[in-house]
Amino acid sequence: MVFVDEYPKTSKLIRSQFIVSFIALALGAVFGIVQALHRTGTFRIFSSADYYTILTGHGVLLALVFTTFFIAGLFGWAVSNSLERVLPQRAAWGAFWLMLVGTVLAAVAILGGLFGAPSILGHSLKADVLFTFYAPMKAHPAFYLGAALIIVGSWIAGYAYFKSLWNWRSENAGERIPLKTFMVITTMLMWYISTIGVAVEVVVFLIPWSLGLISNVDPLLTRTLFWYFGHPVVYFWLMPAYLVWYTILPKLAGGRLFSDPLARVVFVLFLLLSTPVGFHHQYVDPGIPEGFKFIAMTNTMFLLLPSLLTAFTVVASLEHGARQNGGKGYFSWLRNLPWGEPAFAGCALAGLMFAAGGFSGMINAGMNINYLIHNTLWVPGHFHLTVGTAFALTAMAISYWLVPQITGKKLQRRGLAAIQPYIWFIGMALMSNAMHRAGLAGIPRRTAEPTYSEFSFEGVAGTVGEMRLQIAIGGTLLFVGAALFLVVMAETWIAHRGGRLRVNSVFPDPLSGPEHSPRILDNYKLWTAIALVLIVIAYGPPLAAMLADGITAPGSPPIPV
Amino acid sequence: MQVHNFEKVWLGAAILLIVGFIATISYGTVGAGISMVDDSGGQISAQAVQNGNTGTQFDDPGVVQASEDQVVVYVVAQQFQFRPGSGDTPIRVPADTRVTFKVTSADVVHGFSITETNINTMVIPGQVAEVTAVFDETGTYGLVCHEYCGAAHHTMGGSVEVVPKDQYEPQEVSN
Repeated sequence: MVFVDEYPKTSKLIRSQFIVSFIALALGAVFGIVQALHRTGTFRIFSSADYYTILTGHGVLLALVFTTFFIAGLFGWAVSNSLERVLPQRAAWGAFWLMLVGTVLAAVAILGGLFGAPSILGHSLKADVLFTFYAPMKAHPAFYLGAALIIVGSWIAGYAYFKSLWNWRSENAGERIPLKTFMVITTMLMWYISTIGVAVEVVVFLIPWSLGLISNVDPLLTRTLFWYFGHPVVYFWLMPAYLVWYTILPKLAGGRLFSDPLARVVFVLFLLLSTPVGFHHQYVDPGIPEGFKFIAMTNTMFLLLPSLLTAFTVVASLEHGARQNGGKGYFSWLRNLPWGEPAFAGCALAGLMFAAGGFSGMINAGMNINYLIHNTLWVPGHFHLTVGTAFALTAMAISYWLVPQITGKKLQRRGLAAIQPYIWFIGMALMSNAMHRAGLAGIPRRTAEPTYSEFSFEGVAGTVGEMRLQIAIGGTLLFVGAALFLVVMAETWIAHRGGRLRVNSVFPDPLSGPEHSPRILDNYKLWTAIALVLIVIAYGPPLAAMLADGITAPGSPPIPV
Repeated sequence: MQVHNFEKVWLGAAILLIVGFIATISYGTVGAGISMVDDSGGQISAQAVQNGNTGTQFDDPGVVQASEDQVVVYVVAQQFQFRPGSGDTPIRVPADTRVTFKVTSADVVHGFSITETNINTMVIPGQVAEVTAVFDETGTYGLVCHEYCGAAHHTMGGSVEVVPKDQYEPQEVSN
């Protein structure tokens, strides 16, 4: 039985979410190649002042819209498939429409900047404030309102998963929560806790301030509230990729998940440790005592643990699969994995690149080593490996597997699909290694121009010119990779139904199943309580200090960009 | 709970690695003395910085000789220049001398990073960032605003000239 025939309503919802997600990916990819060619001085169609509008669009559309809509679709499938029930329709569709309205508002505000920023409701329609929108730079109020609606929509989408779980539990008392649902719920709990920061920032401060209802905001306080959310959001992207690697990838490799209990431990660790780490983005901020930065640093380092455990379990599962296929030896089993299957190859390559991204992330997290690379091109080099590959490539790869099941149509253009992950991998390898090295040479991120009038940069390893060339070629290959993916999806979407699908949502049992995991792992109340206590320890004293002198002091009025 | 032997070894090694990282960073702070930017610079009104009526040295930013072997550099970052630092007013400081940079913003969030060094701080309206370092090599260093601060952000650079200690002449700070 195909998923779409079993759950036609849920499939329609997932298709709607995926369409928005893919449109955001298409626009974001166009903005991406414009940027890569502009800042390397290769080819320019916009002015350097407009570059920042393009950059804002790239960040918001890819890091917020593409991710959130795709995750909503993936989670809808995961809950429906593992609990074997239909998602509550009203909540799920309400969430979808709310998020869509928010996306349109934010997108219109951003794109207004490319059309002369006309005055709408007394404010210039533009939002070139980048993904981080640090006050006191001001965007059109529609931008903040849109961002708030996307977040609130995602909360309601989460409610649909919780409701499904409660309904399932009342019929299956005493049974262990299926792993996929466990992962979805843990991720959403983490998301609820961490989005409180950005919700307070936007709703309490930035919306009234951008409308002129309050005159000042405290830039350090709003920035701190942003980063309270700004690092956990990374795990909101990563945990869905982990869900795919733990639950689907072993099957694609021809094997079974190595350990269900360890997978649960990993997700609980993410719930506990994801939020009290945000200060590591503020290591070089004035106004924050060193001790708070140290606490965030130790938490951040322990957050390595769940990722290191994942590396073990996922690789062990793949090895098991390869040995089922006749793999032998210490390493030669790697040859027995299905490298020609687009879904498998994409996820495996994404995982491999994530390992490299994890290592560069340790440098970012290394409090005083961070001085060397803070806000240099190293940082986008790093997160294009994590969100830009670990998440994005996994999302594209698993679409090759999932979209046939939610449409009932066979994957078209398998040849293009099979080479697409490799093109992405090569493009990212070129772009990211050059960005990392450029960062070591002190070249900053977020700038439209490669040179300055007062001085010039010198490469540490390799020349600056060669790095620029690699970034331009890598960025172009990534654009080609995104375009190939979208072509395959479009053709699959419009194809006619017929014949048997090569894929299905039936899963083999793990080698070590849920019966081996202690029941306490399913105790969400306990883990949420511990997570909150850790947050109070990490954020209570510094926030109290920032609020002590008045909630808008030292204050800054809005400054139009 | 059933944990495979290989998993146990891996888990132990992972925890050892993490504790090792924390130990090296702690050593960098305590042993090598690489301290973090913190709240030592205090607060200031960004609007007063913009209007030049803070009643502090930020109203007339520049290099101040604090003692025989220490200078303090007051820098105002604003859209889209460093005062001093940008254009034809580079920051001039002596080598082999403690140099403390006090940097604040007159408008939005900026960055203050000197290339080829560890001097790298955010500049946040309302806060004074304080960084101390010793330059042991003379020459011209690049100065970069590394936080997006508006449509001409890419023009916001500058330079720092480090001259031999015996050739350094304190500049007159006008009032």
